[in-house]
Amino acid sequence: MTDQPYTPKRRRRILAVASGGGHWIELLRLRPAFEGHDVAYVTVRDSYRSYLDGERLHVVNDATRWDKFGLMRCACRILWIILRERPHIIISTGAAHGYFAFVFAKLLRRRTVWVDSISNAEKISDTAERIGRWADLVLTQWPDLARPDGPRYEGAIL
Amino acid sequence: MPFDRMVRAVDDWAAQRGRDDVLAQIGDTDYRPQHIQWRQFIEPDHFEQFFDRADAIVAHAGTGSIITAMQFGKPILVMPRRAELMETRNNHQVATADRFKEQFSIAVAYDETEMPQRLDELHSLGRVSGFRAAASDQLINCLREFFEHE
Repeated sequence: MTDQPYTPKRRRRILAVASGGGHWIELLRLRPAFEGHDVAYVTVRDSYRSYLDGERLHVVNDATRWDKFGLMRCACRILWIILRERPHIIISTGAAHGYFAFVFAKLLRRRTVWVDSISNAEKISDTAERIGRWADLVLTQWPDLARPDGPRYEGAIL
Repeated sequence: MPFDRMVRAVDDWAAQRGRDDVLAQIGDTDYRPQHIQWRQFIEPDHFEQFFDRADAIVAHAGTGSIITAMQFGKPILVMPRRAELMETRNNHQVATADRFKEQFSIAVAYDETEMPQRLDELHSLGRVSGFRAAASDQLINCLREFFEHE
């Protein structure tokens, strides 16, 4: 992107949500898009703070699909964060944390954009498939996975 | 999730070649390396320092590892995890490895038997040059428009 600071026409509160590993690394590559907005992050490790420049970071426990109690705790915590941050927009690169955030975003009528991980090169993720019907925008990073009724292809994080 | 096949393959290779300059983050892997230095988890701060100092990166075919290696301009060799061996939930890493190999000429060992040869070739692997620090302009602009939309 250009070096000049970008000033959006409208300043939004954005909540950027990603589980650990690649999901987080991919989310960070979208940061120029958040410029000029009020952005807060949700992820799984406090040490990920070192990737940021002092933006707000909320840490939520990680949970596998077999850990029902962990998932409940994770979902409750995400709901609490959304209620406190009151974002206009929620953006996620996956996975489970983004899914929960999108469920609550739907209930609270927040706008949502899902950027499916570049690792989903042959089909979009099950999660994106599931939230696709009611997310405002679902993007795939592979042109051949784009469909007329979504997901759309609008470039990649590379 | 554990990835014993890869850690063991690198450990065996280091023993055969007498390499003492390998450091591994092994995560949930059960196998304990005998010949290379290892940690279960390395915090991001240190992780970046190790990345910076490394001549090359060897990793599972996860996008986090691949992208970080490319951001640091390091040659990277990946080995995809397999779902049928309980190394991951589905076989998306094979597709990731294929696609990145095609587009960015990263090195791939599809299983542990290919690992020693790929590791031997590591020093001749080129860096991925001109890799940008952020997503494509198209994607950034698309998101900016979405954010500002009424």
